[in-house]
Amino acid sequence: MAEIIQEEGKQKGGKKKAKKFSTNIDMTPMVDLMCLLITFFMLTTAFSKPKAMEITMPEKKNDPSVKAPEISADRTMNILISGNDQIYYFFGMADPKKPLPQLIKTDYSKDGIRKVLLQRNKIVFKAVTDLREKVLKGELVMADTTVNRKIKELKKSDKNAPIILIKADDKAKYKNLVDIIDEMAITNIANYAIVDMAPTEKQMLESAAANK
Amino acid sequence: MPKIKLPVKSPHINMTPMVDLFALLLTFFMLTTSFRPQEAVIIDTPNSISEKLSPDKNVITILVSKDNKIFMNFDNGSDTSVLIRKEVLKKMAEQYHLTFTDKELKTFASWSSFGMPTEKLKSWLNTEDSKEREKFQTGIPIDSTDNQFNLWIRFIRLQNPQAVVAIKGDGIADFKTVKHVMDILQDNQVNKFNLTTNLQKEEAKLEE
Repeated sequence: MAEIIQEEGKQKGGKKKAKKFSTNIDMTPMVDLMCLLITFFMLTTAFSKPKAMEITMPEKKNDPSVKAPEISADRTMNILISGNDQIYYFFGMADPKKPLPQLIKTDYSKDGIRKVLLQRNKIVFKAVTDLREKVLKGELVMADTTVNRKIKELKKSDKNAPIILIKADDKAKYKNLVDIIDEMAITNIANYAIVDMAPTEKQMLESAAANK
Repeated sequence: MPKIKLPVKSPHINMTPMVDLFALLLTFFMLTTSFRPQEAVIIDTPNSISEKLSPDKNVITILVSKDNKIFMNFDNGSDTSVLIRKEVLKKMAEQYHLTFTDKELKTFASWSSFGMPTEKLKSWLNTEDSKEREKFQTGIPIDSTDNQFNLWIRFIRLQNPQAVVAIKGDGIADFKTVKHVMDILQDNQVNKFNLTTNLQKEEAKLEE
């Protein structure tokens, strides 16, 4: 690499000048070291800190006398997840004694399950986006925590908001589950639960897959 | 013909701006760096819109690899003030009639994620070569015949009841395995999980 020491001009014969030292320092080793350090830090840095979504599961109850809370069938929407990114949904309950509800096939895309969920959760979604917009435009001045609390309240305010039951079978992938929970966050749905799949629903899934 | 001689120019370059830039970059990286934790397996986490930061204190991390093996890490990193790793390992050893020397306990306390049957821990801790050591990482047994994972969680919870649980699963891991992990956690009164994800923005619009 470059050596920066300049030769001094020829000195004239008679006069003796004090020798001028060049003020330039050889920076090569320093640059080398810095290169190494930069490389080291660049490679070991974790740029994006991992994010997390929190889910709370209902406590397991072994006490048979405590019954699960009744949920009205017309608010309920079931999402069935299976292998190969297959996803189905149906409304209400699948009661083996009654005619089974129709299973509708959809997908994970924007126009798939999200559209359905948005349609069901229209009122809450609109309220939340309105609030967010107002804060963004400066019409409402609030601290972030207040905004989040307000959103939480809004989510719970609608007494007709859908209740989503997420049911995955053994072939489903972890990614599918995360995608669906994420979809709940996108569409501002507050009530959802991860539930075990009932045998009736398994049969419904199988027959739906066979009919394809 | 007379040759045309080009004047020889000095090959010296002024490196000062480069050095300045390097110094700036170096300072930037040094100040912003947060070291990536060493993990037993590479895990490709799924995406979500969640902007909540993953907890980095007082956390039990459970790693689910893409071939459905379970690894875990606890009391490590910025929360080392609790120092329960030794105690937990002692409890585990008691359960499986093993003994660990002080040196092994110390090594275990300083290392991070692990995933192997408890019987193999001793040889893992005594292996010097890091390549050799990797071969031990075969996952913590989780099936009902030998549910060591359950024991680990129970002992950690006994030592540190405040610890939060983060599940870091690979996108293509089976739901079944993750569900099994969650079930075991719920058996140990952990009902709140943090699913580690990557941030990816998504927009939703209501059609009028």
